[in-house]
Amino acid sequence: MIAKKRQHFFNIVIGVFIGISAILFIMPTLLTIANSFMTSNEISANYGAMLGNMTDDKKVFISENVNLKFIPDKATLSQYKNVLFKNPEYLFKFWNSTILTVPITLFQLAIAVLTSYGFSRYNNKVKNLIFFAYIILMIMPYQVTLVPNYLVADKLGFLEDINNTGIWKMLSEMKVMEDTTIISLKQRLAIILPGIFSPFSIFLLTKVMRRIPISYVEAAKLDGATEWQIMTQIYLPMCKSALVSIGMLVFIDYWNMVEQPIILMKDSELHPLSVFLSQVNTGDIGLAFAVGTVYMIPTILMFLYGEDYLVEGITAGGIKG
Amino acid sequence: MKKRSKNSCGRRGEKIFSNVCIIPSLAGVLIFFLIPFGIVIYYSLISNPVTKDFVGMDNYKDLLQNSAFKQASKNTAMFSSIAVPLAVIIPMWLAVILERSIPGKSVFRTFFLSPLMVPTASVVLVWQVLFHNHGTINQVVEKFGGNPVDWLNSSYGIFVIILMFLWKNIGYNMILFMSALGGIPKDIIEVAELEGASKFYQFFHIKLRYLSPTILFVLILSLISSFKIFREVYLLTGNYPFDRLYMLQHFMNNTFEKLNYQKLSTAAVLFSLVMIVVIAILLISEHFFGKDVEN
Repeated sequence: MIAKKRQHFFNIVIGVFIGISAILFIMPTLLTIANSFMTSNEISANYGAMLGNMTDDKKVFISENVNLKFIPDKATLSQYKNVLFKNPEYLFKFWNSTILTVPITLFQLAIAVLTSYGFSRYNNKVKNLIFFAYIILMIMPYQVTLVPNYLVADKLGFLEDINNTGIWKMLSEMKVMEDTTIISLKQRLAIILPGIFSPFSIFLLTKVMRRIPISYVEAAKLDGATEWQIMTQIYLPMCKSALVSIGMLVFIDYWNMVEQPIILMKDSELHPLSVFLSQVNTGDIGLAFAVGTVYMIPTILMFLYGEDYLVEGITAGGIKG
Repeated sequence: MKKRSKNSCGRRGEKIFSNVCIIPSLAGVLIFFLIPFGIVIYYSLISNPVTKDFVGMDNYKDLLQNSAFKQASKNTAMFSSIAVPLAVIIPMWLAVILERSIPGKSVFRTFFLSPLMVPTASVVLVWQVLFHNHGTINQVVEKFGGNPVDWLNSSYGIFVIILMFLWKNIGYNMILFMSALGGIPKDIIEVAELEGASKFYQFFHIKLRYLSPTILFVLILSLISSFKIFREVYLLTGNYPFDRLYMLQHFMNNTFEKLNYQKLSTAAVLFSLVMIVVIAILLISEHFFGKDVEN
């Protein structure tokens, strides 16, 4: 009886502790969202000390300390109005992020379906060796892979400011596109193409596909299904949730990207918002919280709608096989 | 006879199909990673791309004597060696606790996992506010009579970075441990309980053995993500952080700016070798622990 009571008490203590740490975990996110509803003046008053060189035209009291506030004095949408309507550059940077992340995610998944199918059916020594090479490649950090990426981008003319080599020269002479469009396309491709062929989703999806019972395949074959049909009509539907979860993991990884654009994109106009936000933070602090919040909307929505998928995807990577 | 030959012919077709499936990916990997990596190795052995004199290990010797590279490697190694073990132990502990019947378990899981899906760039301002010289943490420190420290511009910076790393990665690792704990056969735990084994004993003598493959996996994953910490450092402090926060990626960025192919290639090759050695050591040690579980 006493032991049970003590156990119960212990559970409450641990529950409270876990509860507090869980709340601390979502604090940074909640603070960002809450602060995005402050007026610019309130933000300058609270966080102005971080800038050091506030201009005189903002006649607000700036305390020496930085005051982290949770509840705005007066909730407004003025930050959002500024971000969405008065400063098109933020939306443009958001678009830069989208135009890089969405193609990478979709094409990486498409290639992963095909490749994982190849890896999960009829294995031989060569294929196993290739799969092993993919795993090694997957664990290599950017500090290693960006150097080869840069070399290829350089060789293919992705990094030049003019279009005078190979296919780019042709495109330029054919006048299908403006020269500047070609240049920005090239810089984006320098990031998108290596991203598409990054082996992360192949690794996870192969693990999932290898667990599909062979009996499904045999049954389909008896009905006269071709390999293409087995892939598209049996494997693909069975991997739907895995695809959603892998897609989420890939998306957030590239939505967060910083290393690649800094090195591969000379034109900072084309930088994604993830890189640009650090400059917003030091420059236009009045808008920073709203920009940050807008930037997290896609991933937060994915998380709210697909948390169970996400958990499933994470777990799939951990299972041996 | 006829039927068999038709069957084996179909089988060969299937094999060919499954081989053809990996060709697009293989072509991409060859073009964007493997072949250029071969060139990178070649560049690391020659004097410069113009005269192409073979210099053997000279580039490596130069790099190992480069003070910026040494500083960057030291900082990165220091960060990883503190952050990675913590990113294994804390989530494992959380997962064990969340195994108990605590109300609102799934809400806690959501909360712990949420930082994974929040772009670092979005919340970096909050971190700056917290750890600024006149920021929230220092105000609390002062209230309790302590001396404030300039977190981001001192050797304490590494703690801030470790905290941000843990914040982002604990949820992911916790999920992996939770699923591994769920996979431990119930009867073994029941027998242990019947025989009066304490929770402590149960964890260290039974569960830990079953968790060892997951521990290895989480260790490797966390090691990989620890090399991405440059993002946080860059967003917090820009391209030129305090000395102690100067990471390998900063070194690479500066070398990219100068377009010193030899240095870049040498650093990349050296780093990939270190990674392969570390992973091999982990896998070999798993081989020993893994046997332990199966017996």
